[in-house]
Amino acid sequence: MSEIDCQRRQRLAIGLLLITLLLAVAGLAAGSEGWSLVSLAQTWSGPDGALIIGQIRAPRTLGAWLTGALLGLAGATAQGLFRNPLADPYLLGSASGASLGVVLVLAASVLGGHAISPATADAIARLGLVSAAFAGALLGVLLTLTLARGAQQTTRLLLAGVVVGMVLSALSDLVTSAAPDALRGKQAFLLGSTGFLGWSSCVALAIGLAITLPLNWRMARALDALTLGVESAHSLGLALPRVRLALVAALALATGLAVSQAGLIAFVGLVSPHLVRRFAPAPHGFTLVASAATGGTLLLMADVLARTLIAPQEVPVGTLTALLGGGYLIWLLHRRRGS
Amino acid sequence: MTILLARQVSVALGDTQALQGVSLAVRPGWTAIVGPNGAGKSTLLRVFAGLQRIDAGEVQLNGRPLAQWPVRERAMAMAWLAQQGEASGELTVREVVHLGRLPRLGLFSTPTEQDEARVDQAMADAECTAWQQRRLHELSGGERQRVLLARALAVGAALLLLDEPTTHLDPPHQVALVRLVQRQVRAGTTVVSVLHDLSLALRADHLVVMDQGRICAEGPRDDPALHSALVEVFAGAIRIRRIDSHWLAMAHLED
Repeated sequence: MSEIDCQRRQRLAIGLLLITLLLAVAGLAAGSEGWSLVSLAQTWSGPDGALIIGQIRAPRTLGAWLTGALLGLAGATAQGLFRNPLADPYLLGSASGASLGVVLVLAASVLGGHAISPATADAIARLGLVSAAFAGALLGVLLTLTLARGAQQTTRLLLAGVVVGMVLSALSDLVTSAAPDALRGKQAFLLGSTGFLGWSSCVALAIGLAITLPLNWRMARALDALTLGVESAHSLGLALPRVRLALVAALALATGLAVSQAGLIAFVGLVSPHLVRRFAPAPHGFTLVASAATGGTLLLMADVLARTLIAPQEVPVGTLTALLGGGYLIWLLHRRRGS
Repeated sequence: MTILLARQVSVALGDTQALQGVSLAVRPGWTAIVGPNGAGKSTLLRVFAGLQRIDAGEVQLNGRPLAQWPVRERAMAMAWLAQQGEASGELTVREVVHLGRLPRLGLFSTPTEQDEARVDQAMADAECTAWQQRRLHELSGGERQRVLLARALAVGAALLLLDEPTTHLDPPHQVALVRLVQRQVRAGTTVVSVLHDLSLALRADHLVVMDQGRICAEGPRDDPALHSALVEVFAGAIRIRRIDSHWLAMAHLED
């Protein structure tokens, strides 16, 4: 590694660490009246300080970072796996699957005793929104894998992901047309929110990251080899179907967990690897870890902004990430056209 | 001793019969496969590399059916350089060449000093040490081709399969490549290459002439019958002449 590359990576790592620490403090300080260190001290010393900071703001702050980290990691993995810098972590059907899961649970409570039997409605409702979204996300990816007949061919996998995404979205629309009351819940899910992240969410997200980050990192050399083309990677002795399957499984787990806990957060997974490659181009071993850290920082930043921009009201965090991420990509496009 | 053996191999690519009952035994030394566009040269090389499924026939590597070789073992036994070497991503030249050690290291092992030495040697052989810290997308086509060649050399395999290795190379580097191949062969490596430049191919120990998915002729570079077959498959558009001690293929422009 050249000295310049080494310095770039160090600068990125230190920068991310410092920004994350600042944002973490901001996250703890951000309340319904905006945020300030004075109000943080006042809240902490107040009668409900431990509850507000310890049980609401701290898990929300940590949860937002973990969700963003999972999405950043998934984005870098998807872009390496599909050898496409525009690959998104949701492209294997996890988002539409999670959305359908949420809609089914919401609709079950409305349709219970009418269109479906009360027992079925009860069984679905007992799943809970989080579990339904997670199960839906995994089911979406599983359907994609089935349709693509495994993970042997990335083009087939991508096409299957598009088809599954469309079909599950259509099913989701069908359910909401039968139970219009579920529409608002679906909309809230699609907008994304970090508002419901508690300590149990943090535990689930942290376990997910602890599984997927080392797994993907161990596969980094395979992703590096894929940059030379599928055939060259194969000629280097990689069992590509197995490698792809492991990465798709990690992708499904990471996105499934993220969407089930925070809804559909747009652009974090897409933009994080771009930012890393821009500031510190490197092999996948570094890019994966740095994309996770960048994703965490981005979502934490969006979360703090969402809470403080028009306090005491909140902007949906998914809307903010879409605006910020979309803006970044437009700027990137404009810059490239200019050069 | 036969290193590679193709026995009655047929391959269909869509409606096109790319290979039709091809049989070939590759022995130690440098074998060059030549022929007009669409003759099936690259398909045959891909078959040898285990990258192309065959519809009929059998391929053996060192006397063992290719299909029975574990993927990683096969990758250690032979290195392959693609015709149009793809390269995306942010890897530096050294990192790309280092991927040549993947068959030996697998996904999890840490590179040893021996691996690093092999990478250094491969870069020196392909003359790309000077820009080892540059990224692949910053290089010209010829420079990139040399890096990918170094990646193939870094495998340290006893068999090198090179598909159009002179693509994008300027004449001095084409000559350097021929010398490199000859050095590799002297060191005991078997090289099979597809070449469009017939004068370069006529430096090989053994030539295989292909046309329309079949082998038309094969033999040592001095073989007059091989020269006749070459002129014939190129529809008389070339002449082969001996200048000093080398055979040269020249375009035949007279009416």
